[in-house]
Amino acid sequence: MKVTIVTFPGSNCDRDCIYVMRDILSCDVNNVFHKESTLGSCDAVIVPGGFSYGDYLRAGALAKYSPIMGDIKRFAEQGGLVIGICNGFQILCEVGLLPGALVRNRSVRFISRNVQLRVENNDTVFTTAYEEGQQLWIPMAHAEGNYVAGEKTIHELEESGRVIFRYTGPEREDVLDGNPNGSINAIAGIMNEQGNVLGMMPHPERASDIRVGGTDGLGVFQSMIVSIQQNSPLATISA
Amino acid sequence: MKAKVFVTYRDGVLDPQGQTIFEVLKQHGHDSVRNIRVGKMIEVELDDMDADQAKTMLNDISDKMFANPITETFRVELA
Repeated sequence: MKVTIVTFPGSNCDRDCIYVMRDILSCDVNNVFHKESTLGSCDAVIVPGGFSYGDYLRAGALAKYSPIMGDIKRFAEQGGLVIGICNGFQILCEVGLLPGALVRNRSVRFISRNVQLRVENNDTVFTTAYEEGQQLWIPMAHAEGNYVAGEKTIHELEESGRVIFRYTGPEREDVLDGNPNGSINAIAGIMNEQGNVLGMMPHPERASDIRVGGTDGLGVFQSMIVSIQQNSPLATISA
Repeated sequence: MKAKVFVTYRDGVLDPQGQTIFEVLKQHGHDSVRNIRVGKMIEVELDDMDADQAKTMLNDISDKMFANPITETFRVELA
């Protein structure tokens, strides 16, 4: 698989993504700076985490105006696989490739710790490597990961199986319901209607090497590779 | 000319920062304070132009960039 990883000023998970895709999963990796106008030839795009533009104005708000954004939108609209992780998820929401928005964590704090996620739908190009209902341990590290959207949008996401990952723990003194940041319905990751764009707050790339952080996140990237290799049609999503 | 744009969370959107400030005020005995919502004020300096034209432009910029219409509302004030 040929994957393009985009670096914005302030991205800091781009190198982790490059390492995982190139050194662990043997993909061809192209790293493009946000000032480029084209992604180049690729099968998938990763919009990595970090603090693009220092999170000024709102997380992801200014990255929306980066020159590369036009080509990311074009690629996504043509059905190309796009995954936004953490700040990447915030950016994809700001540009409208994914619905909703991410606001300050319920606790107001920046939270950096391992969280437990449940795979809510394994019939997607991003999750075939997992069992449905499988519990994953993946680190999160953000201050604005509290997912909000209108009631109608939440209903649509839930009904059409587009809530892909949900926080399930761990329960702590300050997180009695296992929902670390207060996201509506404990949503940790969602997919667009066409099934080719995924956004998630936790960091699968930080759980992809057995030597650091375990390998629970690897399945996301492995699923993408399998889907590209099989050139399988996108998972059908009920309306 | 100058303008100010006020960006605030929509009613119902959790404002943990406002809530935290509110809690601290309460702890300091300010019982008469009923609620706090935190927003942003953005000062814009621009070429002199017709007020309506300026307002239309700032509304457009605010809608696309300054505020996220999903979670925030804005108000434009010309100085």
